[in-house]
Amino acid sequence: MKRPARRPARPKRRAAAPSVPAEIEAASRSGPTFRRFAPVEVSLSLNGRTVSARVDPSRTLLDFLRCDCGLTGTKEGCGKGECGACTVLMDGKPVNACLVMAVQAEGAEIVTIEGLADRWCEHRGADAGRLHPIQRGFIEGGGTQCGICTPGFLLAAVALLERTPDPTEAEIAKAFEGNLCRCTGYRKIFESVRRAVEIAKAVR
Amino acid sequence: MGEVGRSVPRIDAEGKVTGRTAYVDDLDFAGSLHGAVARSPRPHVRLPDVPRRIALEVPGVVAVLTAADIPGRNRVPVVFDDAPALAAEGDACRFAGEGFALVAATSRKAALAAAHRLEEWLRTHGKALPALLDPRAAMGPDAARVNPNLAVAEAEALGRRNVLSYHRVRKGDVEAGFRDSDVVVEGEYRTSWQEHAYIEPQGMIAVPDADGGVTVHGSMQCPFYIQKALHSVLGQPMARCRVVQAATGGGFGGKEDAPSFPAVHAALLARATLRPVRLVLSREDDIVSMTKRHPGIIRIRYGAKRDGTLVACAVDYVLNAGAWSTLSPVVLWRGTMHATGPYRIPHVKVDAFAVATHTVPNGAYRGFGQPQVQFANESLVDELAERLGMDPMELRRKNALRLGDPTPTGHVLKESVGFSDVLYAAARESDWLRRKNAASPRVYDEPSRGPSGRIPRGERLYGIGCSALHYGVGLGAAGKRIDRAGAFLQVDADGSVQIAVGTTEMGQGHNTVLAQIAAEELGTATERVTVLPIDTSRVPDSGPTVASRSTVMSGGAVRDAARKVRAAIHEGIGRRWNLPAEALGVETGWVFAKTDPARRVSFEEAVLWAAEDRAHLAAQGFFLAPDSTWDAKTGLGDAYYVYSWSANVAEVAVDVRTGEVEVLRFVSVHDIGRAVNPQQAEGQIQGGVVQGIGYALYEDLVAKDGVFERPNFSGFIIPTALDVPPITPIIVEHPYAAGPFGAKGLGEPPLIGAAPAIANAIRDAVGVRLREIPMTPERVLRAIEERRAAAAPAPRPAGTAA
Repeated sequence: MKRPARRPARPKRRAAAPSVPAEIEAASRSGPTFRRFAPVEVSLSLNGRTVSARVDPSRTLLDFLRCDCGLTGTKEGCGKGECGACTVLMDGKPVNACLVMAVQAEGAEIVTIEGLADRWCEHRGADAGRLHPIQRGFIEGGGTQCGICTPGFLLAAVALLERTPDPTEAEIAKAFEGNLCRCTGYRKIFESVRRAVEIAKAVR
Repeated sequence: MGEVGRSVPRIDAEGKVTGRTAYVDDLDFAGSLHGAVARSPRPHVRLPDVPRRIALEVPGVVAVLTAADIPGRNRVPVVFDDAPALAAEGDACRFAGEGFALVAATSRKAALAAAHRLEEWLRTHGKALPALLDPRAAMGPDAARVNPNLAVAEAEALGRRNVLSYHRVRKGDVEAGFRDSDVVVEGEYRTSWQEHAYIEPQGMIAVPDADGGVTVHGSMQCPFYIQKALHSVLGQPMARCRVVQAATGGGFGGKEDAPSFPAVHAALLARATLRPVRLVLSREDDIVSMTKRHPGIIRIRYGAKRDGTLVACAVDYVLNAGAWSTLSPVVLWRGTMHATGPYRIPHVKVDAFAVATHTVPNGAYRGFGQPQVQFANESLVDELAERLGMDPMELRRKNALRLGDPTPTGHVLKESVGFSDVLYAAARESDWLRRKNAASPRVYDEPSRGPSGRIPRGERLYGIGCSALHYGVGLGAAGKRIDRAGAFLQVDADGSVQIAVGTTEMGQGHNTVLAQIAAEELGTATERVTVLPIDTSRVPDSGPTVASRSTVMSGGAVRDAARKVRAAIHEGIGRRWNLPAEALGVETGWVFAKTDPARRVSFEEAVLWAAEDRAHLAAQGFFLAPDSTWDAKTGLGDAYYVYSWSANVAEVAVDVRTGEVEVLRFVSVHDIGRAVNPQQAEGQIQGGVVQGIGYALYEDLVAKDGVFERPNFSGFIIPTALDVPPITPIIVEHPYAAGPFGAKGLGEPPLIGAAPAIANAIRDAVGVRLREIPMTPERVLRAIEERRAAAAPAPRPAGTAA
């Protein structure tokens, strides 16, 4: 264990040593409390580039993206797949990265918010603009307020639009059933998706 | 067209849609440790000396701290000074979730594991003490004292115990007023906790500096509150306690005072280890330990004449404050000021109590004491309308406050009262008269929006309901001591502009609106203005970002600074053109001579001229809130400097077999003085309405024995994309002279009126009056069945089971 840089301050009062339940006492005597798993090799396509790494099998895809790859655009809102803030595309489908283990991404094509603009340019050619139409749609349509849910919504929207380029409002709402927003009331998110559809059509 | 009044795209939108905007958990400081807080698993438990050893033994743990290690005071000051930063050994934890120890470790996993070990130790080793969970029990004559540090004397609190704050209003003579009334109606209403559910959990990173101080970065609404808390807990001069806001993923009041706790926790660990410490709460810890909307119990009574004229209103308003007072005194105050609604009433009596219980301290949430009491008063106004045989919209219109009328606290309204326009717009847009008066019952057979896709036949009934309210903008007389704001503005050599203020962006559009105001004042484009990160080292204490005050307060300070710099620029132009500065006008991108507009210079070139003159192109601005007054004994005064006015109409379909309520359409109208950015204002209205719909129908935080049962998003249901109706936001403008370009405030009103409008619509649909929210399907169904049973009781044959 690394020696702390500075010893914690001593308690001001001297008290009798507190009694500790026997089972905790025993566990602390038996050594390190974490079982270390052997790291596993994983190789995946991340925003169009091949990435290889050694990861702890207990590492989530979310932590792998944010902490190991430095891609902090994907957000953690709940850590248990209830809010959708961590939505990324896995082989074209929207998934909650907090519920996918990094090793499950072996051989998969992962797209995060950082890869959206490039993904659009791939589909449309290099001079299609710096932003994906869904990003421009959200800027013009007022679909983002605090912005923490925005990356998740954009990825879910892209998954929808790549399947259904001209969705109805009911289809849009359904595509977002796994994404929570607390700021906008969703109405301008729907408008932003429609704006994105218009922008995409104009680029053709 | 200028910048103000234009739906300029948000200036921070590109960062947010590209994922580049940095929230606290995206920041990285070299050598950081991870912090965690060990929290009480029980609502009231004695805290023995903490066995730090069991936490220190976890690999990676570097430090374990308790209250004994606090170098300054173990107090987080808010309004009063009763809340400890950590429960103290030898004393007790007073709510489930109260922190009692801090851990710093080299990994988040290790920090959480160590904290968990300490929590398990307390669960088995801490003596559980009797917990007072219900405010009515806590007010009772033999109730034990919950909060050892603060109490209103029983004699002052009308004989009630455990009162942390008490307010009253006494106008006229209510008893005489009720005797004088032709009709008197009364009811008791209840509301529950509401969790803010900002999608970004609370988090702070504290970075220790070389001379004993600290810089704290984090998710927050009120950097100056945190600065004050750091000063208290660390015992360091305020000048060494620097607070910088990171991009904040939603607040709604939940990040007003509550962040001071993770901030001081992270700072204590940072000072002890001399390393940066990151403390980001899990969703469960956040829901369990951070402030919520106060649960409320409201008893209210209206007296009126046969023709609908309101004569008297009496309100008894109880808020469940939780263990420590935090913001309860001011939440209670706003509720007290608005308790009887936006109406002319000669006789008013309000008694309001914030009561301590062994539950999480409650605090600010959009509406701040109004949503609870307005659920009650706006529901009762409808009950009164029914008793009188009057249309509820007409009853409101008849008693609506106008220019020149006194409010319930005796404040004679002198300007900016758009209430009748608001009521009219709501009625017209919702087609009120026709829909309200359509023959009953109205079967609604359109398919529901939900995923089942089931087509109902004759199972759903349609209803329409309304509500109205006023909203005192700003901190009001109760907060006037801190109601000031500062700004800094600098024009750079290329004509681009930097501004700094003390209030914060949390999604409401604050930065964009202030950039528009600066641009309009200077005569440049909004896109040329950059808003600097909010930092206590840049501007003086500007108060909190609350009470829908930032447009007025920071807008006023920005205008003040901009005017000074504009004067410096115009002085140089005036000299070159041989004109006084007053003869110059501005529009976006240009300065021109008012009497000869063709004579003009671009803003950028004017800045070059000013640079040639070595003009000072930077300035500080300051803005003091216009005055307000209030007498604590009578509760009367000019409580706020201006009011916003709102009216809502909700249309619902109620499924009589399941109790499910679907909101079909919602019209929400607000007089906000001037919409600086109409698109952002609409977004605020829609977002507030949806939070209000959640409060009314879905959001149910259930506690058992003082512990929240499911502190996560599957336990606390907030509206999803499938739940939201079309929402028609309408902005009415009755300008407020002292507001920037006429603007008042908008952040909170859209949430406040949703629940009573929906309750009134449910009554219209199925004839049941729900007096408790959330109006879950179980409660609606029970009410429908009770009404059915009461309407046609079948005599039971002898011997049949009940």
